[in-house]
Amino acid sequence: MSRSDDGRRDQDFGQDENEAKAGMGTAGGREPLPAVPADAQSGEVEPPENRGRSVLKEIFHGGSLVSILAIVLSLFLGGILIAVTNERVVEAATYFFARPTDTLVAAWEAASSAYVALFQGAIFNPRASDLQGMIFPFTETLAVSTPLILAGLGVALAFRAGLFNIGAQGQIIIGATMAAWVGFTLDLPWGIHLLLVILAGIIGGGIWGGIAGLLKARTGAHEVILTIMLNYIAVYLLAYLLTTESFQRPDSSQPISPRLDATAMYPRLFGDGFRLHWGFVVAIGATLLVWWLLHRSTIGFEFRAVGANPHASKTAGISVAKGYTLVMIIAGALSGLAGVAQVSGTEGVLTDGVAASFGFDAITVALLGRSTPWGTFFAGLLFGAFRAGGVTMQTLTGTPIDIVLVVQSLIVLFIAAPPLVRAIFRIHEDGKGGKGKPRRKSSRETVKAGGAA
Amino acid sequence: MSAPVLSPQGQAPQLDTVRSWKTPIIYAIFAVVALAGFAFNAPGGTATFGISAGRDVIQLAPVVVPTVPVGWASALIVTAIAVFSFLQIKGGRKDPRWLPIIYAVVFVIGFLVWVVGSAERTDVSLVGLLAGSVTLAVPLIFGSLSGVLSERVGVINIAIEGQLLAGAFAAAVAASISGNVYAGMLAATVAGVLVSVVLAVFSIKYLVNQIIVGVVLNVLVSGLTGFLFSTVLSRDSQTWNSPPSLPVIQIPVLEHIPILGGILFRQTIVGYLMYAAVIIVYIGLFHTKWGLRVRSVGEHPKAADTLGIKVNFTRARNVMLGGAVAGLGGSFYTLVSVSQFTTDMTAGQGYIALAAMIFGRWNPVWAFFAALLFGFATNLRFVLSILGTPVPGEFLAMLPYVVTIVAVAGLVGRSRPPAANGTPYIKG
Amino acid sequence: MPARLTHSKNRLVGVLKLELEGITKRFGSLVANDHIDLVVEPGQIHSLLGENGAGKSTLMNVLYGLYHPTEGRILVDGKQVSFKGPGDAMAAGIGMVHQHFMLIPVFTVAENVALGNEATRAGGMLDLEKTRRRIREISDRYGFHVDPDALVEDLPVGVQQRVEIIKALVRDAEVLILDEPTAVLTPQETDELIDIMAQLKANGTSIVFISHKLREVKAVSDVITVIRRGKVVGTAEPSASTTELASLMVGRSVSLNLEKEEATPGEKTFQVRDLKVTAANGYRVVNGVSFDVARGEVLAVAGVQGNGQTELTEAVLGLQDHVSGSIKLEGKELVGRTVKQVLAAGVGFVPEDRTVDGLVGPFTIAENMVLDMYDRAPYATGLGMKPKVIADHAREKVNEFDVRTAGIDSAVGTLSGGNQQKVVLARELSRPLKLFIASQPTRGLDVGSIEFVHKRIITERDNGTPVIIVSTELDEVAELADRIAVMYQGKLMGIVPGGTSRDVLGLMMAGMSEEDAKAQPHSEHPMETGGPAHIEERDKAAREGHTEERGGDQ
Repeated sequence: MSRSDDGRRDQDFGQDENEAKAGMGTAGGREPLPAVPADAQSGEVEPPENRGRSVLKEIFHGGSLVSILAIVLSLFLGGILIAVTNERVVEAATYFFARPTDTLVAAWEAASSAYVALFQGAIFNPRASDLQGMIFPFTETLAVSTPLILAGLGVALAFRAGLFNIGAQGQIIIGATMAAWVGFTLDLPWGIHLLLVILAGIIGGGIWGGIAGLLKARTGAHEVILTIMLNYIAVYLLAYLLTTESFQRPDSSQPISPRLDATAMYPRLFGDGFRLHWGFVVAIGATLLVWWLLHRSTIGFEFRAVGANPHASKTAGISVAKGYTLVMIIAGALSGLAGVAQVSGTEGVLTDGVAASFGFDAITVALLGRSTPWGTFFAGLLFGAFRAGGVTMQTLTGTPIDIVLVVQSLIVLFIAAPPLVRAIFRIHEDGKGGKGKPRRKSSRETVKAGGAA
Repeated sequence: MSAPVLSPQGQAPQLDTVRSWKTPIIYAIFAVVALAGFAFNAPGGTATFGISAGRDVIQLAPVVVPTVPVGWASALIVTAIAVFSFLQIKGGRKDPRWLPIIYAVVFVIGFLVWVVGSAERTDVSLVGLLAGSVTLAVPLIFGSLSGVLSERVGVINIAIEGQLLAGAFAAAVAASISGNVYAGMLAATVAGVLVSVVLAVFSIKYLVNQIIVGVVLNVLVSGLTGFLFSTVLSRDSQTWNSPPSLPVIQIPVLEHIPILGGILFRQTIVGYLMYAAVIIVYIGLFHTKWGLRVRSVGEHPKAADTLGIKVNFTRARNVMLGGAVAGLGGSFYTLVSVSQFTTDMTAGQGYIALAAMIFGRWNPVWAFFAALLFGFATNLRFVLSILGTPVPGEFLAMLPYVVTIVAVAGLVGRSRPPAANGTPYIKG
Repeated sequence: MPARLTHSKNRLVGVLKLELEGITKRFGSLVANDHIDLVVEPGQIHSLLGENGAGKSTLMNVLYGLYHPTEGRILVDGKQVSFKGPGDAMAAGIGMVHQHFMLIPVFTVAENVALGNEATRAGGMLDLEKTRRRIREISDRYGFHVDPDALVEDLPVGVQQRVEIIKALVRDAEVLILDEPTAVLTPQETDELIDIMAQLKANGTSIVFISHKLREVKAVSDVITVIRRGKVVGTAEPSASTTELASLMVGRSVSLNLEKEEATPGEKTFQVRDLKVTAANGYRVVNGVSFDVARGEVLAVAGVQGNGQTELTEAVLGLQDHVSGSIKLEGKELVGRTVKQVLAAGVGFVPEDRTVDGLVGPFTIAENMVLDMYDRAPYATGLGMKPKVIADHAREKVNEFDVRTAGIDSAVGTLSGGNQQKVVLARELSRPLKLFIASQPTRGLDVGSIEFVHKRIITERDNGTPVIIVSTELDEVAELADRIAVMYQGKLMGIVPGGTSRDVLGLMMAGMSEEDAKAQPHSEHPMETGGPAHIEERDKAAREGHTEERGGDQ
């Protein structure tokens, strides 16, 4: 009886066909479904053979048009914010009605100079004296992207299994902590030491993710709450460890660890002039691995099935509990690798700020990348560029790096709501790019797909 | 009809026992901690708890507690409860509902005696400890009420953090410019509502996943306030970031009631509003027409719709109301705690408020007590670091988060969120 | 039926005449209702007869203000009205009892009844006392026995339905829409409901009764309107014969009998002994069930929804947590095994709700075709899957089972119900089986698909597989079963031969033992009325084009 009135058997409410299209996947009721709507596992309904092609298609097609417009719109709004808080603009605005152009020119200058600085800090610096200086910003972007991509993959993978992994921050912290400990405590030869450091990071992150996964699987507790709480526990755990003898630098009263041994560090990719390290190659490898995992392996099949419909998965003999636990272990391990990239790649020490805000940025990265491996990779590059360029922007123009957070979150908000972006740019749903094929979708479906982002 | 009456309601269905060992196991784990710590590792000597503040008219003598017997007593009681719970489950019976409360109270007493007794100074003011807890809990309580208001209509509110932060920022700026604290409170309320409007528009109109909106909103508010702080506020903090403080209003006579006087009757207006809000939200939700409709929307929006209740309007209205409450709570940071805004000054307390709401089972009164408990843990950490105790402060700081995990994992009791929580309502 | 004035709810009410004119409702390209005209005279029980998905509920949701009609108008007592929401419909005197009850489980009866219509004291404080009084009044008048302070989630379905009726009556409904009200009731509860409907009619309330069950419609109606594919295809008097109503409803003369060979049961390879299943909430939902199924026979498990059939099949598959007793397949014990092990042991399983338990909507057809075999050879080796083998397999099965789709890479959620069910069947029947279980195999399907599914099930039986069918539809049970096990409150009331009469089955479904049920006199059963047909046809063309229709929905 309890099963008959739970509202998911709405056969005649509307029409069957209608119901089948609209109601699938979100149908729930027997037990709490994962927080991520089925559509959020994004539309991997295309044939796997076409995947390479579909990336390109995606970029030029409607969905990505919205993404690009969302980025433009967010940058524009960020520019307005920069302009209105600029001192010269405010000054010029006091006599706005006398000479309005002054205000506008000042506003343009404020915003454009900030963004130019951002570009120079992130991609290419034409004013540098040599080639190294010119491409230095781009390598810096890649270096900053590395933890973002890795942690972003962790969030994206969990997403595909229907789990909201808000816990990348804690997973990075624990991964980095264990990796760093191996790095500065053990004394091992080249190669082996780094491998052990990486392994420690994977294990640390995996444990932290696994705790959330296991509790979710066993008790049904909401993973959002679990991971948020575990983040804070990780923060305080690290803070505590950095006051203990085994972690704190002997000559320091600050919460800082000894330097990692040179044998525990990622080698630099292009020599000591650049901070870019082999961790970036690991990130590329991880992206490939996650792609294979999701689309070519039985484990990934299980993850996606559990994420899209846990009930059907259970009936088909797929263990939902195992899926939740395993996906969170792997997601945590990926974030652990991000922690390794921090301590063994760029920082070289363990501090209480080792994870910066990478764990939270990773969520926006995964959302922007629509939870696909390569989408996440490129989203990681973009946000890495913002972050790397943001530093230059702050030094050159005095624009606080917080603007990056604003732009980043606006991008995700807009991408999540395509109808809003379309309304702002007044484009028809068929997509302005008009590749001939009209997209036959009811408005309702599109809206739901938007919720996916 | 002449049909034989054999309708299903005639027989009571057979009830089997589904045993869950979670609760007794948790009891046992903490009982072991109690035995090892409070009993076998009792510091010896005494612990002193002051129960009167210096300014009280009625001075009560401090309570001096011998640590060894109290430590043993508390450890044995919790052990007994654990054993009792095992036997209950084994016999297919349920624990009495008050059991976890007794357990928690005994454990906390045992812990306090042990930790104070082990400190370098074995003397603590209980009144100060409690008063400080309430102070720390005020924004948490406002935040958790915002969560209750929002989630009871079925909109998950992760954005409490952003609402608090926006409130703190707006209060600081508005109060600084106008020189009027009440203008600050008003601005804080408006700022909280603005954050909520975004949450409502994106989750209700554009059907974006509510958790995503909440998480992103927190980042947005953090970035926005951080940006404005670094540009506008720090450029001229005299004008923009030096708000006046709210005065403490003392209620004559009542404020001198021992222990409770200071907590209840020596507060700023925000503190009094906090008590009022808890009561109003509670009565509103459970005893008014508004509350009945609100809860119906959170439980079964389609049913509400068939009865002519405007589901999405009700949702939007409540989410905004929640934003107003949390925004007001945010003003506490800049108008009461400290007299200036700093970047990310809420430091994740919005998430603790969320935890308090869940721990309090979406009920304003229980959320109030949960927030108090979390405030107590935080304050204990400060107090103990002054006393110099063997327990690292970081572990006390973890306490609210650990307790929340225990709560949501259903290890103690069962919390059931509103049935439609997180599900957007699509009409027709 | 002439309009009358009656005393209702202590005031004089002019009974209400309701007219729908040319109502059309489209969802995108889908036309759910196509120019429907309907007149409900005051004090009349007007039945709306049609298959699942014919558009009956859509029409009623339009009438109740939940949907806005794309075209057409609604008249109340000759005046055109426009309902912006259910509130307007209720104000106009229209009440509705939905197929899925619109009750809030954690509220009390009084709170549910008061909701949206609350009596308040000063300051908006709830005053439930008035509501309680009204509930007791109505409850007494119709003999409902409803306690205003009971929590709705604790009430049996039949009582919940009465709460829904009270909700409408408290709002002074003069037209009451009952949407598939008998779907969840035992035959005896159905009789009680029919009794209540008669009382309501006597008190001047008109009723729109929506059903696809011919017998009930004939028993209660003053007028019958038949809807097919969103169109009114005819009206009939209740005296019309069952066969004629059925052919009007499905659009062609249907052979209600499936052509099949006599079963030739072989060795009893599947045995269930003293099976007990306890649900998570502690209720024992299957209570000591024992039966055998032989090779080459169909055992149908009949019963009203929610009497433990679902849990019984789930226990076999290993989906239930608290199971005791024994389930043996060819001598191998299945209790305590995981779902994966049970499937590997040779069990094929069609769950009762395909969209929830049978398919992963966003997955492709190809992926769904291997949903429970993805990690076995030849579809995978080690951790790696073989997309090409999987695609070939899917192509073959799509052909074999005639799944109408754009391609094997379409998301399965975009298929129609019939085609979705074919995907599930194709998957489960694509490996050698030692036991085949199908729960509600044709729920919500059109007639063409039902025939296909039934034939496939019989084919599997004739291949020598033991087959278990769970169905709440007696028609389906009668058509497929070689033996029928009737379940009531977790127990088997008995196992009877396939040809057992409906009345005996009905009484057993209501909890009577086989012997007692057979001893009951059946002549006075209200549903057994026949008589000369009077059917007015409106849409002859639709009736003749049956060959097209069979494919149309697929």
